[in-house]
Amino acid sequence: MNRDTLIHELHTVVGDNYLLIEKEDVIVYEQDGSIFQVMPEVVVVPENVEQVAAVVKAAKRANVPIVPRGSGTGLAGGAVPAEGGIVLSLARLDRILKIDLQNRIAIVEPGVINIDVTKAVAKDGYFYAPDPSSQVACSIGGNVANNSGGPHTLAYGVTTNHVLGVEVVLDDGQIVWLGGEVSDTPGYDLCGIFVGSEGTMGIVTKVAVRLMQTRESVRTLLAIFDAMEVATRTVVDITAAGIIPAALEMMDRTAIEAVETGSPVGFPRDAEAVLIVEVEGILEQTERSMTLVRAICERNGAREVRAAKDDAERQLLWKGRKGAFGAMGALAPNYYVQDGVVPRSKLTEMMQRVSEISKQYNLRIANVFHAGDGNLHPNILFDMRTPGELDRVIEAGAATLRACIELGGSITGEHGIGLEKKAYIGLLFNEADLEAMSRVRRAFDPDGRFNPAKLFPTPISCGEMRRQPANIPAGLWI
Amino acid sequence: MNHVEQKQDRSDRPKIAALDLPELYQCVHCGLCLNQCPTYRALRLEPESPRGRIHLVRAAAEGRIELNQRFQDHLYLCLLCRACETACPSGVQYGRIAETAREIIGPPGSKLARAVLNFAFTQLLPYPRRLRLAATLLRLYQRSGLQRAIRPLLPERLRRMESMLPPISQRFFTPEPNILPAIGARRAKVAMLNGCVMPLLFSDVNEATLRVLRRNGCDVVFPRNQICCGALNVHNGESVAAKQMARRNIDAFLDAGVDTVVVNAAGCGAAMKEYGHLLRDDPLYAEKAKRFSSIVKDAAQFLGDLGLVGKLAPLKMTVTYQDPCHLAHGQRVRSQPRNLLKSIPGLQFKEMDGSDRCCGSAGIYNITHPEMSQHLLKEKMQSVASTQADSVVAPNPGCMLQLRYGSQQYGPEVKVYHLIDLLDRAYSEAEASSSNEV
Repeated sequence: MNRDTLIHELHTVVGDNYLLIEKEDVIVYEQDGSIFQVMPEVVVVPENVEQVAAVVKAAKRANVPIVPRGSGTGLAGGAVPAEGGIVLSLARLDRILKIDLQNRIAIVEPGVINIDVTKAVAKDGYFYAPDPSSQVACSIGGNVANNSGGPHTLAYGVTTNHVLGVEVVLDDGQIVWLGGEVSDTPGYDLCGIFVGSEGTMGIVTKVAVRLMQTRESVRTLLAIFDAMEVATRTVVDITAAGIIPAALEMMDRTAIEAVETGSPVGFPRDAEAVLIVEVEGILEQTERSMTLVRAICERNGAREVRAAKDDAERQLLWKGRKGAFGAMGALAPNYYVQDGVVPRSKLTEMMQRVSEISKQYNLRIANVFHAGDGNLHPNILFDMRTPGELDRVIEAGAATLRACIELGGSITGEHGIGLEKKAYIGLLFNEADLEAMSRVRRAFDPDGRFNPAKLFPTPISCGEMRRQPANIPAGLWI
Repeated sequence: MNHVEQKQDRSDRPKIAALDLPELYQCVHCGLCLNQCPTYRALRLEPESPRGRIHLVRAAAEGRIELNQRFQDHLYLCLLCRACETACPSGVQYGRIAETAREIIGPPGSKLARAVLNFAFTQLLPYPRRLRLAATLLRLYQRSGLQRAIRPLLPERLRRMESMLPPISQRFFTPEPNILPAIGARRAKVAMLNGCVMPLLFSDVNEATLRVLRRNGCDVVFPRNQICCGALNVHNGESVAAKQMARRNIDAFLDAGVDTVVVNAAGCGAAMKEYGHLLRDDPLYAEKAKRFSSIVKDAAQFLGDLGLVGKLAPLKMTVTYQDPCHLAHGQRVRSQPRNLLKSIPGLQFKEMDGSDRCCGSAGIYNITHPEMSQHLLKEKMQSVASTQADSVVAPNPGCMLQLRYGSQQYGPEVKVYHLIDLLDRAYSEAEASSSNEV
């Protein structure tokens, strides 16, 4: 089938307004929240599952890649059409279909914005737990694809712990449910396989999510430190004292500078590090936890501990924290964020390594991360326009990931592998592991057309793919 | 091969230096703006989002795409509400990017529309007397029965546009040339912007603003040489006349020797606060423009910061507040208008959902893009309805007209006021009752 036939077929499915083929339209879909750019040939924006299925079938007949996209806030290039083809935007599948408070579930379409799930049930005292920093913009479908976490992952787990079932469109256009509305369905956990599959297995069109009940009391404090190692030691001490905060977040001096320059919330610019600690539960317990946390911070030599006095102050702290990535633009035109994980006890050492890497490669690195579960986010700041800088950035990024692995950690906590880390997945898995994973993927996607050239280190399915890899920084290809 | 070289390979057109703005490089593509953008919310298409439009401008600057009709459509579907600026963690000044792009592509619409707009921007708005004449003719049309006769004869699209014509004030506001002294102890000396449409469509609001300022201890002066602020020009790709108007206003107001320039139209205030940016490359005016911009304040911002004095009578009404985009997003003024409303005794204040989301008025947008404008207005009226307020306050002429139209077309039946209207009424009623007591 040629291009014209494909376009004609897609046109019959979604019509004029939601089939984009002009360069001045499709070019904006060449990038997500990451730094990678590859232009799709066609963008389709269907509005229901039937249209999605029709698009998937047309893509199969035309044998072209199909790349699902939610809000395009991903940080690993997951929604970048690495091999061109069709970008399938799920932004218009944005309905909350069912809210069942008695059974504490909601069924939503993948284009629903993360925070809108919580907004829909907040007045009844419920919330949806996974809260990526981009939650005001990112979609539930994108969260499912990347098995996204967030600051509150520490207490509540990541997306997979909150998804009970998904409706998906398979490679041949079949619409099936995996998992369901109850917490344990018999047989293989196929829903579990889909969560975190980064769009390489099919298109998610409905998601059954778990709702949680809002806690009676939430308390949040900001602890301010004059030295990074004091802050990291405090993280270890807090958890060692048996307190599991709902969130335990760290920002360093450079990250604070970004936030205070871009969209100020009142973080102290002269601090080396701040911790945001949040505890939740029944009133008596949060009071006691707050006292303990404050005591640990002070004992370790925190310069100041500020407890949020009301919800407005609490929201402001979170606004600063959650806006931190986006604020990097206030310091540099580009940033490359890493997503490494280390055991909590190695945080101090890891932060020293990051600081050495920053000096070695002569690059500014802003750290803002989920300290409580050792999930680092070093943001390497740079300017793509400076010749040679990107190469240094990629090397520095690789060095941080190697350090994570050396310290017994992993290369991704929550952002996914995408394009960005596929070169490094081989550091964690051997060929047999990868071949096993690839076979699982092929069971769902025999032609390798769903989000090709992602996740796997070598072009494993290269033989099945016809398109030339386009403009990806060379360093990221093996 | 590095990424930059590849990018250069991909460009097949000349770069456009005037579009290569520093603001573009502050955007890191995070997408946190998407869901705050009215057009993205409505259409869910990336090219109709702030991040998408920034991407387009950058691609055009790099010579990767043409400045063709598609590009224009995307740039002009934007309402310039600047909600994305409030959402942006990096502080990207999207408005400046969009305004510069529009300056380069020129006014929106068909050839005829562009000619009409150009005429209005360069031959009408900068000339208060011509504006007054036009308004007088329009009033005649509205009051002579001509309107009722002609309306049914118009084709659909024109009829809709005609139905949005605002009613012209019975009499126009003509400020006195000399200083109008403060009532009571003097607390400030201010100059007021008379504006282009305010004295013709909302003469009562200008009168009320003057009274409220004087009651709050302000000497008020209307500098004679002032004219329209030029906001509509800047928003729609006309910069030559806009800069002329800015220069004339700067001279007029700085010569008045006042502490503050008070503006009761949010759109005008935002534009005047940005004269410093507009004239940044003008060697004679760059510094003066900055100084001028630094003393411009919205009326609510000024009064809220100054603190009200004098007695306010209770007003028995339930009010919800619509943040004018160019007040909330353009000037970051949110708390003062709410606090002023809440300071009126007896007035019940109800926040509406999405109060800082555009109502679809957006200058001339409701005429150039009726479909999107009406879509947003319908949504807005639903938000208003769910507060069960009997009145909406929106301190900006465009928003007031739009909301009045919305109330007529879609309900609920609400009164639409400028914030100053209510303060003035509370003052006047207090005065009347105290003189009765005497």
